[in-house]
Amino acid sequence: MKIGLVYSRVRFEEKLIIEALTKRGIDHELIDDREIVFNLTPNSTAASNGHDTNLASPDDFKRFDVILDRAMEFTRGLYALQILNSWGVRTVNRAQVVALCGDKLLTTAALSQHGVPSPRTEIAFTPEAAMQAVESLGYPVVVKPVIGSWGRLIAKVNDSEAAEALFEHKSVLGHFLHEIFYLQEYIAKPGRDIRIIVMGDEIVSCIYRASAHWVTNTARGATASPCPLDAALEKIAQDAAHAVGGGFLAIDVIEDPTRGYLVNEINPTPEFRGSETATGADIPNKLIDYLMRVASSK
Amino acid sequence: MFAQTTSTAQAVATTAECPECAGTVAFNGKTLKGEIVTCPDCGAELEVTGVNPITLDLAPKEEEDWGE
Repeated sequence: MKIGLVYSRVRFEEKLIIEALTKRGIDHELIDDREIVFNLTPNSTAASNGHDTNLASPDDFKRFDVILDRAMEFTRGLYALQILNSWGVRTVNRAQVVALCGDKLLTTAALSQHGVPSPRTEIAFTPEAAMQAVESLGYPVVVKPVIGSWGRLIAKVNDSEAAEALFEHKSVLGHFLHEIFYLQEYIAKPGRDIRIIVMGDEIVSCIYRASAHWVTNTARGATASPCPLDAALEKIAQDAAHAVGGGFLAIDVIEDPTRGYLVNEINPTPEFRGSETATGADIPNKLIDYLMRVASSK
Repeated sequence: MFAQTTSTAQAVATTAECPECAGTVAFNGKTLKGEIVTCPDCGAELEVTGVNPITLDLAPKEEEDWGE
């Protein structure tokens, strides 16, 4: 068994995974995503100039039984996985899963397509259309970038004046993706959300993330505590995972006072420090077990 | 062709100089290439770019698509 770990930074999570791999004597290599040069045309008949010895070709990755993606940059990780999967290399997660989960628009569309409850969401492509959408959603409304994490650049908009200003700023100052206006109803959650980590069909941890702020990411200072897993939570987590293709995922759920559980988003390269600390779950070793199951699957 | 395995990538206990303020940053014996540390003198975020000996550089600035 040989496992490759593509990483950008060695964070708390990567350290624990590496320690667990070393302790179990599992052969592994660390692959810095900044150093890879993929040969995207390995069958090209163009003559080599002899200076391409660092080019990564399919055989360099087929040595691994499975590759774990821990890239911090969504775009970089996604493209690497797409190349590896096209070469027939097994990865956790698969590129198509990361493509869905890394884009909130695509995640919500997949959840809706599979009947998984999520907050009401509308998409607009111009500030004018976005204004119409927020007026129909009602204030407050939540505006999110389609690609982003750690609660970065999300906004709770309380009135039309703030909405107009925000949409103008996004339109004028932002990257073109900021003109994809992802607009969501504000859920009056009870000062917390729920994070469930799944690996395939197994649920390995479930925590509350509580904060006085409406944003409850642990990256923004929310505190983690164990959350009892009931049948409805278990079902919505598994349904959500299936909707995006499954894998090693962190599913974020919010509690709506009237509708119950709603899936807010799904993270395809989960950080699990809070989950591990709050529940005592041995996530690194469970992840290694999962990697080995994926590696030996047909 | 990729990075070293962890058995060879870990550094022994040592110190390195902060590239921002020239302060001394101390390490234990389990440092890995790619770790982020904070300079105790100036507070700069630093990345371990090499081990044996440990080398440091300023950590990259957070990009818009970073995350989980």
